[in-house]
Amino acid sequence: MSLTIADLKKGEAGVITDSSSNDIPLKLLEMGCLPGNVVKLLQLAPFSDPMYLNINDSFLAIRKETATLILIDKINE
Amino acid sequence: MSKQINVALIGNPNTGKTSVFNALTGLNQKVGNYPGITVDKKQGICKLSRGVKAHILDLPGTYSLNASSLDENVVIELLLNKNDKDYPDVAVIVSDVENLKRNLLLFTQIKDLKIPTILVINMSDVMDRKGISLDVAVLEEKLHTKIALVSTRKNTGIKELKALIEQHKTLPKTQCLNASSIDPAYFDRLQKAFPNQDIYKLWLVITQDANFGKISRQELDVSKFKTKSTTELKRLQQKEAIKRYQFINNVLKEGRHIDRSKARDLRSKFDRILIHKVWGYVIFFVILLTIFQAIYDWATFPMDLIDTTFAGLAEWVKNAFPNGGKVTDLVAEGIVSGIGGIVIFIPQIAFLFLFISILEESGYMSRVVFLMDRIMRRFGLSGKSLVPLISGTACAIPAVMATRNIENWKERLITILVTPFTTCSARLPVYLIIIALVIPEGYIFGLSYQALTLMLLYLIGFGMAVFSAYVLDLVMKVNRKTFFVVEMPNYKLPLPKNVLITVFEKTKTFVLEAGKIILAISIILWVLASYGPGEKFNNAEAIIAKEYVDLSNTALEDKIAAYKLEHSYIGIVGKTIEPVIKPLGYDWKSGIGLVASFAAREVFVGTLATIYSVGSATENEGIDTIKTKMSNETYDDGRKVFTFASGISLLLFYAFAMQCMSTLAVVKRETKSWKWPLIQLVGMSTIAYIFALIAFQVLK
Repeated sequence: MSLTIADLKKGEAGVITDSSSNDIPLKLLEMGCLPGNVVKLLQLAPFSDPMYLNINDSFLAIRKETATLILIDKINE
Repeated sequence: MSKQINVALIGNPNTGKTSVFNALTGLNQKVGNYPGITVDKKQGICKLSRGVKAHILDLPGTYSLNASSLDENVVIELLLNKNDKDYPDVAVIVSDVENLKRNLLLFTQIKDLKIPTILVINMSDVMDRKGISLDVAVLEEKLHTKIALVSTRKNTGIKELKALIEQHKTLPKTQCLNASSIDPAYFDRLQKAFPNQDIYKLWLVITQDANFGKISRQELDVSKFKTKSTTELKRLQQKEAIKRYQFINNVLKEGRHIDRSKARDLRSKFDRILIHKVWGYVIFFVILLTIFQAIYDWATFPMDLIDTTFAGLAEWVKNAFPNGGKVTDLVAEGIVSGIGGIVIFIPQIAFLFLFISILEESGYMSRVVFLMDRIMRRFGLSGKSLVPLISGTACAIPAVMATRNIENWKERLITILVTPFTTCSARLPVYLIIIALVIPEGYIFGLSYQALTLMLLYLIGFGMAVFSAYVLDLVMKVNRKTFFVVEMPNYKLPLPKNVLITVFEKTKTFVLEAGKIILAISIILWVLASYGPGEKFNNAEAIIAKEYVDLSNTALEDKIAAYKLEHSYIGIVGKTIEPVIKPLGYDWKSGIGLVASFAAREVFVGTLATIYSVGSATENEGIDTIKTKMSNETYDDGRKVFTFASGISLLLFYAFAMQCMSTLAVVKRETKSWKWPLIQLVGMSTIAYIFALIAFQVLK
């Protein structure tokens, strides 16, 4: 089972490996949610949803259901 | 004859595009609508030099040329249509120095349409603080453009930008990259099918049609060219985005250097408090309280002033033109009080827009969306529904329009449908007069009964909005993909100039849009109350004089006027609906107010004022007089018309009923069908009727 953005803990980062799911909005891809880019989880709202991320230098919040569609490799610091 | 350069301002949201627009045009701007849709069209004139002027069009913010909303679509439609009279001679792309990477995606797309382009890098004043340094010459060369480093906060770089606009003819039209390489065979076939068209434009049209739905585009019809499924097209678009970012990263590697050690991080410091799991909500609650305090307390002073002024004005008209007959009456009772009824809302609306624009400009609103999304979703709403629901406490019209950035159609639709339940300022005058009439004065824990009732009505409105959202969420089957992306912009101190222009423009739009309807209704009402069919209305004087022979003159005039009103057109309407509203505890006079309110609630008090002043020879405006008259109003058997029971019933009716034509019109435009406004009208009014009925029958 591969990891997704939803598996990140606060402060952790990962590299996106796949964002080709059809349910990921184009807007998110255009904001830099693309393979190879780094994603960092900055903060979580109550119930861990939505998630406040830094993707490719962009600061944005997405819902957990979208986050589970974006596959990543964790970066261990 | 001076020549005019067409300039389109384009950029991502939160880049300060509007600040650049304000800096270029000052107050020399106007806001209109694009034909057929409610997207604001902001344009202005900027004087360059030697009689050269630039016509600046501030296009809606967009992240790319692939539209997912009506606002964004405006940008694409314009850039794809060379015959549009606003088609730009030069595109000015506004970017934010901290978000250059993402901002440049849109830039490269526009360059690929071969439109002469200037790149504005805004907020250049924060570069030092963030440890960013730019090699402008390298960037200009790599991006084939001219760059203006601008700070709208420090007011620098605008002169340079104007100079660049003036020399737009020297700008290169070189493309940034060749999008065809994402699938050469496909693009080759596409070009062969439309040999005379620009290939990138064709690609945009095709993806646009697939993703957003076709909009009438006579110039170019690609519907016959179907060789890829939507999924395949999206794959290609992802490929395109990757390619663009590769290009951008290469450019920035050479043209931009960031020294992170120098960067000061305000964002995370603020975020730690403002979206804290406890403090975040406490702060938001305090801000909400402040807004309500401003709207319902601070705004009363200017409102009283306006009220007195207009009452005085109406009086003045009557005294100044005593021989004007019907014309004087129309001006004094119809037009002046009609306009007064609109102007009275300006302080509240202005306060509300002031707060909302400060919250949005500062970047705080996105944090609220983040905090509230999960809770709102439980009721079928989105975190983004919060702005409409708050705006709804001033007026549902801007609130419904503010739902546009909710991406999920179902959540957006529910928000639109329930927003009119929130207590808009038009309900306030109705509440105030009825509360004053039926709720006793007195205090409990230092709070007055009347104030508590008012607060309760707000809670009831909001509660009904949330509850009906929950029900709608359960019953509605809308199969559209859900998604939700909120940009969390940098915290900024709002620019007073921007805030003031927003407040001014929004208030003006409200006054003009809603005002037209309210004014028209006031005049129609006056006419309906002043004329009537048949013998009874036209010979009122003779009939009454015969019936009451020994009355004094004033009393006689009172009787005549009341008799006339009863047999005027509006009296007939009121009498006709009386059987329907009687179970709710209203007489035919309130019935008239009720009917008139279906056009706009705020006319209720005005209508009663008209009815009671038309119905009385002693002319006296002002809320106290109306109140006294209402409380003295009795049925034929001597029972009072406005009792505790009928008052509560009336309050509940106004809390829930859909009584605003302007809102229905906006809902129709936003949902593109009559179905939803009709559901709203019937649904809300049924709820209102049932609640009012129960309240009256139980309490009477």
